[in-house]
Amino acid sequence: MARIIVITSGKGGVGKTTTAAALAMGLALKGKRTAVVDFDVGLRNLDLIMGCERRVVYDFVNVIKEEATLNQALIRDKRSDHLYILPASQTRDKDALAKDAVGRVLEELSDSFDFVVCDSPAGIEHGATMAMYYADDAIVVTNPEVSSVRDSDRMLGILSSKSRRAENGDEPIREHLLLTRYDPRRVDNGDMLSVEDVQEILSLSLIGVIPESKAVLSASNAGIPVILDHDSDAGQAYADTVSRYLGEDIPHRFTEAEKKGFLSRLFKG
Amino acid sequence: MGLLDYFRSSQPKGSANVAKERLQILVAHDRAARDRPSYLPKLQQEIIDVIRKYVDVDMNAVSVNYEQEDAHEVLELNIVLPEAAQQRLAP
Repeated sequence: MARIIVITSGKGGVGKTTTAAALAMGLALKGKRTAVVDFDVGLRNLDLIMGCERRVVYDFVNVIKEEATLNQALIRDKRSDHLYILPASQTRDKDALAKDAVGRVLEELSDSFDFVVCDSPAGIEHGATMAMYYADDAIVVTNPEVSSVRDSDRMLGILSSKSRRAENGDEPIREHLLLTRYDPRRVDNGDMLSVEDVQEILSLSLIGVIPESKAVLSASNAGIPVILDHDSDAGQAYADTVSRYLGEDIPHRFTEAEKKGFLSRLFKG
Repeated sequence: MGLLDYFRSSQPKGSANVAKERLQILVAHDRAARDRPSYLPKLQQEIIDVIRKYVDVDMNAVSVNYEQEDAHEVLELNIVLPEAAQQRLAP
């Protein structure tokens, strides 16, 4: 049985798809058989971030409507034998994801994978609720910014009331906070919520802090999950996050501003 | 960071504190609303309807508060009667 992980946030543009791509690739690099599923029907983008947009033949909705088998729709990643991508449909409407059918597809994925990563669309509509309904774990992607934090809290409420685990009275979904686009210098200047602030407000366990990084845009430009950019701060932060998710105890990095010397602080404009 | 900022850096910090305070209040409020049973608005409406049979009160005169403590739930009803209410009460 696979563990189903939903990447959620409520607010758009905070880094869900970047995170889904990085996490899925990271798990695959650790030898875990991983499938990453795009739930953003109508606005698919995971294929682009993963760099397999030209290899899409069938999609999630085709599988749901039994127009294609799961194996026909899954795209094997060229960089890792352990990683497969199930793209969203670009043309259908979001209500194409019927709850039972989504459950059936996830169950079939569970048979052959260790982890199924569900990339949720923004918002709290059907696609987003379907992405989280069957989840065992949730990674709540949050920017250190008021609307993102508020939306994350809203998602926590939905996770704890409208998921399958909640409805069946099972052990609740394990929720993790992933803080992205973090800028320690702005935190030091008092202009950005700190890791501790966000954790205190949301009372969530912290699984990682991804610094604001040019590497993220470069990676998405090239269609390469940023975790493969081993030299970049964001790539390393995602690698740490994957290790933490798998149970390793690793201290958080990139949460402190680089210390500058007295003189450079004095004279830099 | 320029020269002036360097000496100023010990002063109270920027906008993050405001953000944190606002969020703490907001999240507490949202969470309280989330835990409430879904029948509360309807309950409130029906209570108002019953009271209106006897007293002319407006919507805001009845507040229904729901609080959850460890082992028990408290449903608190607060009804503010208008000053002239006694005259209108049924004999």
